[in-house]
Amino acid sequence: MNEKNQPIETTLHDIKSIMERSSRFISLSGWSGVAAGVCALAGAWYTSTQIECWRRGDCQFDRLIGEDGLHFQSTLLRIALVTFVVALLSAFFFTYIRSKKTGVPIWGHTARRLTINVTIPMLIGGLFIYRMMDLGFFALVAPACLLFYGLALVNASKYTLGEIRYLGYGQLVLGILNLWFLGYGLYFWAAGFGILHIVYGLLMWWKYEHAD
Amino acid sequence: MINPIGNLNKVFESRIRLGIMSSLMVNADLSFNDLKQTLEVSDGNLATHLITLEENGYIKVHKGFIGRKTNTTYSITKAGEKAFKEHVEALEAMIKNMK
Repeated sequence: MNEKNQPIETTLHDIKSIMERSSRFISLSGWSGVAAGVCALAGAWYTSTQIECWRRGDCQFDRLIGEDGLHFQSTLLRIALVTFVVALLSAFFFTYIRSKKTGVPIWGHTARRLTINVTIPMLIGGLFIYRMMDLGFFALVAPACLLFYGLALVNASKYTLGEIRYLGYGQLVLGILNLWFLGYGLYFWAAGFGILHIVYGLLMWWKYEHAD
Repeated sequence: MINPIGNLNKVFESRIRLGIMSSLMVNADLSFNDLKQTLEVSDGNLATHLITLEENGYIKVHKGFIGRKTNTTYSITKAGEKAFKEHVEALEAMIKNMK
């Protein structure tokens, strides 16, 4: 009885695993999360030093441009852009290495689908935040980042490791809390993009990668 | 008593054909290379099994081009979906009956 039972269970297991493998990008490395988190913390720390020096009015650029804050805004944008690019590249690096190990192509149909579905909410969010800064709603920038990113992650969870959904929920909770603690945006931002990424990355590494 | 083995589909006895069907159940369409990478099989082997499934009316073949390169994609048909579900249900029923 048992000998006959075995192959059917294996067959059903195979079916499930093929369905998983062919529809989700499973090579997302935990180290990518850690790396992105470290970049975010570095970016947030640098931003806080810039804000501090802008407030005191002893920054060089402040003297040059005056008080309209336009120059300050472009400084913030530049820091954000550098942080984003470095985080993305380092995240890509670790996932690339992982994809070599799992044998899943880095630009296969699962990776493409994941990218498209993350990019749509992120692009819209980026545009929204950019316009918000134009109109001077600086206090809403951090919560908007957290909320759009959280939604992007919840959306992404259908196309990669399902656990990323919880990282998304974490970002959403921080984003919503931040709406009622405006002015502490940088702390919420650092907690979400920095600490949550690192914690998530370590957990995923522990669950999927430390065995091999 | 119902004989659950009667519901098992002969066409799905091959592991590769079952693999193709499993992949196409969860993806709207897949290219030949996508399938090859997922199932880790040789070109010839995969092609033979794809033809069998097509002849049974379980999958549809779409021939297209990306630039000059041919790009053939496969998708599951209604009949294929039904047959696959029945096959999996039969497998599950067999496990239940054994316990």
